[in-house]
Amino acid sequence: MTTVAHQPDAAPVDQHRDPVPASAKWRAGWRRGRQLTGVVPFFAFIVVFLVIPTLVVAVGAFGSNDGRPTLDNLSALGDGYIVDAFVRSILLSAVTAVIGAILGALLAYALVTAKPDGILRRLVTSACGVLAQFGGVMLAFAFIATIGLSGFVTLFLKDQLGIDLYSGGVWLFDLPGLMLVYTYFQIPLMVIVFLPALDGIRPQWREATESLGGSTWQYWRRVAMPLLAPAFLGSTLLLFANAFSAYATAAALVSQGSPIVPLQIRSALTSEVVLGQQNLGKAMALGMVVVVAVVMWLYAYLQKRTSRWLG
Amino acid sequence: MTFQERPLDRDASSVGAAGGRDTVPTPTSNSVAVHLNGLRRRFGGVQALDNLDLEMAPGELIALLGPSGCGKTTALRVLAGLEDADSGRVLVGGKDITELPANRRDMGMVFQAYSLFPHLTALQNVEFGLGLRRVRSAQRRERAGAMLDLVGIGTHADRYPHQLSGGQQQRVALARALAIQPQVLLLDEPLSALDAKVRVQLRDEIRRIQLEVGTTTLFVTHDQEEALAVADRVGVMRAGRLEQLGPPDEVYQRPSTAFVADFVGLSNRLPGTVSGDRVEVLGTALPLVPGAASGIGSGAVNALVRPEAVDLAVDPDGRGRVLAASFLGPTSRVSVAMPDETMVVAQVASALLPELAPGTAVRIELRPVPVVVEAA
Ligand SMILES: Nc1ncnc2c1ncn2[C@@H]1O[C@H](COP(=O)(O)OP(=O)(O)O)[C@@H](O)[C@H]1O
Ligand SMILES: [Mg+2]
Repeated sequence: MTTVAHQPDAAPVDQHRDPVPASAKWRAGWRRGRQLTGVVPFFAFIVVFLVIPTLVVAVGAFGSNDGRPTLDNLSALGDGYIVDAFVRSILLSAVTAVIGAILGALLAYALVTAKPDGILRRLVTSACGVLAQFGGVMLAFAFIATIGLSGFVTLFLKDQLGIDLYSGGVWLFDLPGLMLVYTYFQIPLMVIVFLPALDGIRPQWREATESLGGSTWQYWRRVAMPLLAPAFLGSTLLLFANAFSAYATAAALVSQGSPIVPLQIRSALTSEVVLGQQNLGKAMALGMVVVVAVVMWLYAYLQKRTSRWLG
Repeated sequence: MTFQERPLDRDASSVGAAGGRDTVPTPTSNSVAVHLNGLRRRFGGVQALDNLDLEMAPGELIALLGPSGCGKTTALRVLAGLEDADSGRVLVGGKDITELPANRRDMGMVFQAYSLFPHLTALQNVEFGLGLRRVRSAQRRERAGAMLDLVGIGTHADRYPHQLSGGQQQRVALARALAIQPQVLLLDEPLSALDAKVRVQLRDEIRRIQLEVGTTTLFVTHDQEEALAVADRVGVMRAGRLEQLGPPDEVYQRPSTAFVADFVGLSNRLPGTVSGDRVEVLGTALPLVPGAASGIGSGAVNALVRPEAVDLAVDPDGRGRVLAASFLGPTSRVSVAMPDETMVVAQVASALLPELAPGTAVRIELRPVPVVVEAA
């Protein structure tokens, strides 16, 4: 961009000390501002949905109900039931991230061996795009309607084959159920985030390995796996964060008890039995922010390495 | 050649560095390093290889030259074992390796670009093949270092591929391919992703290194200048078969078909009349390349005449008129229109250009070098 003051259509320059008259300065600012208008919605979005909530959570976590600073909320995070919720949340996220990552990576690999602009690949990637977002009430309902206590699959298995899915308890509405349901959106998410890394693997690398005398196993062991490992770990972390911060699916599925942190926060914010727990909820939320921040920092680090190799 | 510690039980070593341009090895039945025999390969509706035959002598560098899509890469990949032929045999050192998988063929391969392992340094890339062969680490490092020195990039041993220029990457790729002391070195358009200056430089260096290590080499390119510059023999390919195979000067000066005359270098297509073993073009009787008129018989043809076989003289009574001239350095190309609207391109010394302004009347004379003809 050239300096506005030198443009022929700028206001006439007056002969005094300031070579750029106020009107031209104002115009320059206005033009520069106009260039930025494109990103205003983005920043507004960040401020409204990320900065403000984080600040509210952080401030609230260190405040008592009457507004005085306190560490009580944070020390309450050490209470047994909250620690349990964190452990279960982390377990749920880790298990579904690992299962989702492995199965998703295999599916993605199957896709790259198909024709890149073939119908199969386009179909599966679009389906994954939808399914990765297919959380919340709909997903919970889909599971309840199929393998819930009176879901049609459950009834079919029980009546026709004599198999009782729930002989060992009502697992669908507790941690095992959450794991199953979460895996359902973790796998397609993995396909979407891992596919670009697989696409970055060049066929020459396999052929070079072969011509140098390497077997298929040696290719995977010495070339493909080292190259894909950072992307795989990074994607797994992303899946972890995705599950860790998911709320709607769990909320729709679990109506009794609060096995995981997001549901604990819900009950802290909405409890009518114990009043004044809002700030405890914020302390738990701050704990989640910290966990996710650590995970995303690791993710960004791994992503940087991958993009250098597979860009 | 310190890197050739391993005793080589192949005849390739006997020719070794001596296989230079002056001693062009000619294939004889017991000294054939590579023999491609009747290779055919079809992709869908495309006959990529159509009964391809090629014999390479030990230590020889053959350039496969041809337009894009004529099957050069397919031929090289079949030799490497990366592609299967529908029929035909591949023999190396007298052994039939047609059924052998690529990783047991012992061939060094250099691709067009981006073939280095991006997570390994230059040195580690070169060591890779030696590691697969369980060469001990100290020895491996030493040999890889020697190879990097050979390709002139020893000081960059610890750089990663993304820290190297395109030309440097290709040098490392060459070192990696040669480190395993392959029976055959295969290069598939190794220079085509580089800019012009680097291309010429690296081209000459590939030839120097190839002569030094004496490895039988197949060099695929679509660039005729490149092929003529590096090869002991040039094989011109067309639609999956060899159109002509011979030393560069022969392919250039005595093209056996109109296609070769056209593809290798620049040719005028001038109307002529065949009678016997001569063709009359613009009033001059030119000798025919032996066999060139077979299948055409006598009568009206187009003769393919090189610009450097056309002499120009300024002559007020001349029937040609200069149309335009393009300066190419020491020589220039001048296009001349004849009264019958034929256009003739002549190569002249650039010193003559000032006299050859557009519109100048000139006389044209053809030198009696053998030409090929095609049906008019
Ligand atoms: N894997 C393949 N699948 C389909 N067609 C191919 C394949 N490889 C090569 N071909 C076709 O075979 C012909 C020869 O290809 P190629 O050997 O790559 O030519 P060149 O290297 O001379 O440009 C081309 O028409 C190309 O489209
Ligand atoms: Mg090719």
